[in-house]
Amino acid sequence: MGPVSAHPSPISTLRPHRGTLSVPVEIERPETSEAPFAVPEPDVPWVTIVHNDPVNLMSYVSYVFQTYFGYSKDKAHRLMLDVHHKGRAVVSSGTREEMERDVQAMHGYGLWATLQQDRG
Amino acid sequence: MTGRFEPLPGGGAAAPLDEAEISILRSLAVQLLELIGPGEEPAGSDEDAMLAALFAEGPSEPPSDPVLARFFPDAYGGPDLVPDDDVRAASAEFRRYTENDLRDRKRSDALALVHALNALSAEGGGAVLRLKPDECRQWLGALNDLRLAIGTRLEVTDEDDGGELLRLPDSDPRKPMVLAYFWLGGLQETLVEALTG
Repeated sequence: MGPVSAHPSPISTLRPHRGTLSVPVEIERPETSEAPFAVPEPDVPWVTIVHNDPVNLMSYVSYVFQTYFGYSKDKAHRLMLDVHHKGRAVVSSGTREEMERDVQAMHGYGLWATLQQDRG
Repeated sequence: MTGRFEPLPGGGAAAPLDEAEISILRSLAVQLLELIGPGEEPAGSDEDAMLAALFAEGPSEPPSDPVLARFFPDAYGGPDLVPDDDVRAASAEFRRYTENDLRDRKRSDALALVHALNALSAEGGGAVLRLKPDECRQWLGALNDLRLAIGTRLEVTDEDDGGELLRLPDSDPRKPMVLAYFWLGGLQETLVEALTG
């Protein structure tokens, strides 16, 4: 559920941070330096990353992406190949809570997954 | 050993298994259950104990056993990021409220496998294992966990894809596990195919 405000805000990318009532505000902050894991910023989406491992079968990884995320066979296959060849692939993005759910689900399937804020 | 699943009409899958295969699968699944450990349920039916279990927190540190560490990896960090205190704290918090659930799921998948095999072996000799769709999903999980466990113990790397490990001499103590590993891979691969058509 997105933030509800009496004052329509031009910022549409604001996401509520965990457990806090988020009120849209103009955000003016200096460009952050390259801190690898700074204080979470509410307007930067989080991503779930699946990492390559030598044991999981390619067909099984595709199956998991289709089954859990509901991705098409083609998209699931493409993501699986990215994991296999590039060592990792971003498989979903959203709020931190959503990504923690996805990471937990991936661990449930036996895939190696982490979440982090998407810093482009 | 050429374990293969075939899709069943109307969903589900079937695989013929001989006595030795049934025995190996059951033994591996039991070892997996021992590794995952018992559930957190309290011994008695005491109400306080049940409440305590309901709100029990999981561990905050990664398991020291490499297989368990592979089953329950850190949720924050990963191979490209050197963890700082914030990353470690976030992983620890995630672990506290997810690891017990993950253990429960792995335990229940492995138990489903053992139960299905127990139902089979009563018939004696070889038998055809028939799985309903729900059972297929549990078997898929359990087969994957078994392969993760054995692959971790054998320190399988990408380069081992059907290569070096298969060429081990019969005298190598790892040989039986290697054969089991590839056999389980065949079972899992054909089960995925049966489920995805």
